[in-house]
Amino acid sequence: MENSIKVILPAISRNEALARSIVAFFAVELDPTIDELGDIKTAVSEAVTNCIVHGYPDGRPGDIEIYADIRGDAIHIEISDSGVGIADIEAARRPFFTTAQGEERSGMGFTIMETFMDLLAVENREGGGLKVTMEKSLRRKIGVQSADASAG
Amino acid sequence: MEILYDRSENTMRITLFGELDESSAESVRNSLDRNIVLSDAARVIFDFSRLSFMDSSGIGVLVGRYKKFSGRPVSFFISSPNPTVDKILKLSGIYTIMPVVETA
Repeated sequence: MENSIKVILPAISRNEALARSIVAFFAVELDPTIDELGDIKTAVSEAVTNCIVHGYPDGRPGDIEIYADIRGDAIHIEISDSGVGIADIEAARRPFFTTAQGEERSGMGFTIMETFMDLLAVENREGGGLKVTMEKSLRRKIGVQSADASAG
Repeated sequence: MEILYDRSENTMRITLFGELDESSAESVRNSLDRNIVLSDAARVIFDFSRLSFMDSSGIGVLVGRYKKFSGRPVSFFISSPNPTVDKILKLSGIYTIMPVVETA
């Protein structure tokens, strides 16, 4: 049976580092490169920061739910909150879009998730909140090496 | 996160240690503003060789500093980002306002 994890964390800023580290540790099972791990950590950090800053604005309390599993050679990640959701998801996914003009936010969050991962889906949850689904295929390094060896 | 400020001649080198994300952005921003003003340097180099992680919160901090100091005679440069940080910097277009500078 393929492996999976489910973690629930309070939506507070200091859990951003914890959240991305947990998912990165889980991804190690797929033997990623340092760069691939960096991509995953960054994408998770963006999604979790979105929950904290936008899902639960003004420091209102709430939880972030992180689910991840292994699907073949890919890591599948779902990050959800029970916050306010996003009124216009299409607009929010555009580069440099931000609702927080005065706070030096870059509006790059979804663009980074999209660029660093192979798949990104963003949806409002029934009953409130946002769910971000991401997937990234991690090449099986051993398989690649043996293919090279047989070719040479 | 720790920040090291090193001023020599007209250049201030700012070395960031550790991880720059939303949780550290505000204290980093305050420290940068205070020290850039105090230094009165013409060139500011952000040395990212010791920065192990940065997400889009870091882009917000950099663009924010550029805007804040745009009326002043100071230029910003970036040095030695790791490959993942470099990817974000490229994606954001920040190199058009803060060029890469090679450092010894």
